[in-house]
Amino acid sequence: MAEDIIKLIKENVVLGRVNRDDEGIDEGMLGQPGVSELTEKALALGVSPVDIINNGLTAGMEIVGQKFEAKEYFIPDMLASAEAVGVAMEILNPHLAKSGIKDKGKIVVATVKGDIHDIGKNIVSILLRGAGYMVTDIGNNVDPQAIVDAVRDEKPQFLGLSALLTSTMVHMADTMQALRENGLRDKVKVIIGGAPVSEEFAKSIGADGYGADGFQAVRIVESLASAEDK
Amino acid sequence: MSEDIIALLKENVIQGRRTKDDEGIDENMAGTPGVLELTQLALEKKISAETIITQALTAGMQVVGDKFTKKEYFIPDMLASAEAVGGAMDILKPYLEASDVATKGKFIIATVKGDIHDIGKNIVSILLKGAGYEVNDLGTDVPTERIVGIVGEYKPDFLGLSALLTTTMVVMGEIIEALKESGLRDKVKVLIGGAAVSDEYAQEIGADAYCVDGFHAVKVLDAFKEEKA
Amino acid sequence: MPREGILVHTPYERMTNEQVLQVHQASIQILNEPGLISFNREATEIFHSNGAEVASVSSSDNPCWLVKIPEELVLHALDSAPKTVKLGARNKDNSLVMNGEEPRVFFVSGSETNIWLDVDFQPYVKKSDPNIEVMVPEFHPRRGTVLDLCQAAHLCEHLETLDAFIRPVNIQDKDITEDNKDVNKFFASLNNTTKHVMAGLTSLKQLDNVVNMAKLIAGGGEELKENPIISFITCLVKSPLQFVEDTTQTLIEICRRGLPIVVSSSPQAGTTAPIKEGGIMAQINAEVLAGVTLSQLVSKGTPVLYGSVPVRARLDNLSDSYGAPESSQYNIDCVQMARFYKLPCYSTAGVCDTKTPGMQTSVERLFSDILVTLSGPQYLHCAYGLLDGNSTFCLLQAVLDDAHFQMIKFFLRPPRVSQAEIDDTLKQIREVVATPQKLYIRYIRPMLRSGQLSMPYPFEGDGETDNVLALAYERMKQLLSQPVEHIDPATTSRVFQEIPGILSRLNVYEERKEQ
Repeated sequence: MAEDIIKLIKENVVLGRVNRDDEGIDEGMLGQPGVSELTEKALALGVSPVDIINNGLTAGMEIVGQKFEAKEYFIPDMLASAEAVGVAMEILNPHLAKSGIKDKGKIVVATVKGDIHDIGKNIVSILLRGAGYMVTDIGNNVDPQAIVDAVRDEKPQFLGLSALLTSTMVHMADTMQALRENGLRDKVKVIIGGAPVSEEFAKSIGADGYGADGFQAVRIVESLASAEDK
Repeated sequence: MSEDIIALLKENVIQGRRTKDDEGIDENMAGTPGVLELTQLALEKKISAETIITQALTAGMQVVGDKFTKKEYFIPDMLASAEAVGGAMDILKPYLEASDVATKGKFIIATVKGDIHDIGKNIVSILLKGAGYEVNDLGTDVPTERIVGIVGEYKPDFLGLSALLTTTMVVMGEIIEALKESGLRDKVKVLIGGAAVSDEYAQEIGADAYCVDGFHAVKVLDAFKEEKA
Repeated sequence: MPREGILVHTPYERMTNEQVLQVHQASIQILNEPGLISFNREATEIFHSNGAEVASVSSSDNPCWLVKIPEELVLHALDSAPKTVKLGARNKDNSLVMNGEEPRVFFVSGSETNIWLDVDFQPYVKKSDPNIEVMVPEFHPRRGTVLDLCQAAHLCEHLETLDAFIRPVNIQDKDITEDNKDVNKFFASLNNTTKHVMAGLTSLKQLDNVVNMAKLIAGGGEELKENPIISFITCLVKSPLQFVEDTTQTLIEICRRGLPIVVSSSPQAGTTAPIKEGGIMAQINAEVLAGVTLSQLVSKGTPVLYGSVPVRARLDNLSDSYGAPESSQYNIDCVQMARFYKLPCYSTAGVCDTKTPGMQTSVERLFSDILVTLSGPQYLHCAYGLLDGNSTFCLLQAVLDDAHFQMIKFFLRPPRVSQAEIDDTLKQIREVVATPQKLYIRYIRPMLRSGQLSMPYPFEGDGETDNVLALAYERMKQLLSQPVEHIDPATTSRVFQEIPGILSRLNVYEERKEQ
């Protein structure tokens, strides 16, 4: 029974169905329980959150990633699955805390001062949530002080900064400076992204990583996290 | 005076004005005498046919050729000039015969049996005439026997065969075979042309040359002439 | 005499009149419900004082309002917005007169890219036969500078089909800051082309410096009104349906100064707008109408262009896919909507997904260049030289694009069918049929040198070689070697005295002194 429901969760992650109202990709799924309903049900049946995450959510996302690589899936598919996993993680988080299991980590994301472009940042948030991270999105046009405050209050392991404009990417450097001045720079790994920035720019402002897109952002966060574990 | 007419004649070859009704390229030329009228006038002034040909017609065509190479002139210009020269050559022909001056050579041209495409052949005719060859155009869809017969009778220096279709190009090979059977093959240089044929094909059927286009045909003929000389 | 552009006699339209009305009505509904979120206080107040329903939806740190724009405000604005907009130029023969009802197309460069692509040709030797050597173009991307912008304007001055100049490169010199970027951007452009100059404004603080510079160059305030040598583009609405704080303020201030302005919106179908044609059309049209309405509320009669930069999302990375056929569909629909409102239209074509000049680039560019031109937008941002979406600018590509537009303009000439032409031709037919050769070639000649016949592709190689890029590169160097008429020395010196922040290396007269 537990295996059945985990298998169903995995399938629904692959289909990208958050809840029963989602169509998914295969026909005739509408009305059947989605990832959020199935996660609730699994918990009710006493399946362990770790089991749900490893064998349901993560296993499903792995297949989704493969399908994307094989160009069978497109971004909208990937996002739907990540969104479903993100919702499941929200359900599971309190249970994880209760059972003393360490979560994957906390990330604060923001679009920097002067910039109101947030598609990229929003997509990164969805993907990171889907990868099991706890994401706090503090919005767009956020000035360095507000970012510093959020880092101080939330104590995230990671900070993601986004900018779309050449005129606003400079505020990433300002933000780095503000973190240094407030003694927070070594408390958080900073990852930047957005159309005008580059690996080179990340180095020049002293950021820890650059993500060309949402998937790369997830990969960078994963690799920085595993480096930290060692 | 005779120099003036020669200069005018050359200029009108360059302008491609066959008669006084032609516009040419420069403004306000229409109405002034063209190549045909000027050739008549030159003959009346007792200028020799040879002088007219070498100093006006050929000299003019040389300038036209240069302009074409430099992309200043286009095919219509080249053809207009060649046409004008061809018309002048028709006028000069009796005088050349009388004065015993040889033309550059006799050229017979035909589109082979089964093929009615003649744009290429017609352009080659105009250009060769303009280059001073005596051209006899047999037309299109010409039966092999007729071509062989005329070669035997008319004794041209050159035979030009044209075919546009892959289905009719094989006839070219048959014509060359027929010429051999009639013992005429070594009496005439055979040139072939047309979209379907190639250098390779010319070699395969034993033709003397393949010509990519009309200008190339003129060059090939001139080269044969020099070889002969 | 203003520039001619090219008149499209029968513009291509996708939508029926009924569909146009459906889109219009959907947009009016959207403006009222859900309305727009405004992050700009002044715009909100302007709408409110003119009868729009306004409600605060602020969060603690982000003041914003929901603005519901009633239909009559929109209709009034559409009434007062000029149907004819003139864009002036330093050389008055380069000015543009655009009428919202007349599908006369002007071709314009753009947008502000970060990357400048240098090109040079390097010899490559064949491995199996070292005697064979070919020249291969190599592309070197780097960040654009203000002197690059000068060069871009210089080249564009000499591109025959290019009717107006939008700066194609973002100036990223070390000494360019937010406080001097606009004056330098406008001066570099104005000083190197005598065509109309349009740009977006980086900092509102610089607006008056830019306008004062334009007054000096145009010869005074009245002269600038009469001959607006500069205009602006603002993307004040962020899709979906949000008035952005700073660009909205920029629009308000520019309208107050009476200069022409493009109100543009650039939603991406699939992410910031519906993926379906009717959906994105209803939304973008609502967004543009909201901007047009605000412009007329600020200053009745402000010359405004209906600006559209709709694009479809790529599904493998969600970046803009300008090369997608749908992007052209959306643009063409917008042109039709603008014509319905009789507003001159700023439209988009020619943007491509590729990073360097080449086959895919030409395919993608020509596709939208042709189709969108056929729809008859008055002001076509057709992206001369742009590559990789809006990221890269390459002079060589701009030269290639000019050749495309020459062909397109040629194609759009009106048909030469009249009784006189037919009679003349019938005479030719009778004459030719009577000759042994049966060729019409001689009749080509009178047309050959009068520009009535198109010429072969200018960058055609010999034989089987594809030498397009090398030949275009030669053409590019030749165009850049032609001089440009700079702003005269007296005016230049006044500009440098009176307008703060312009870099001295832009003063062509100073440079000469040094040499």
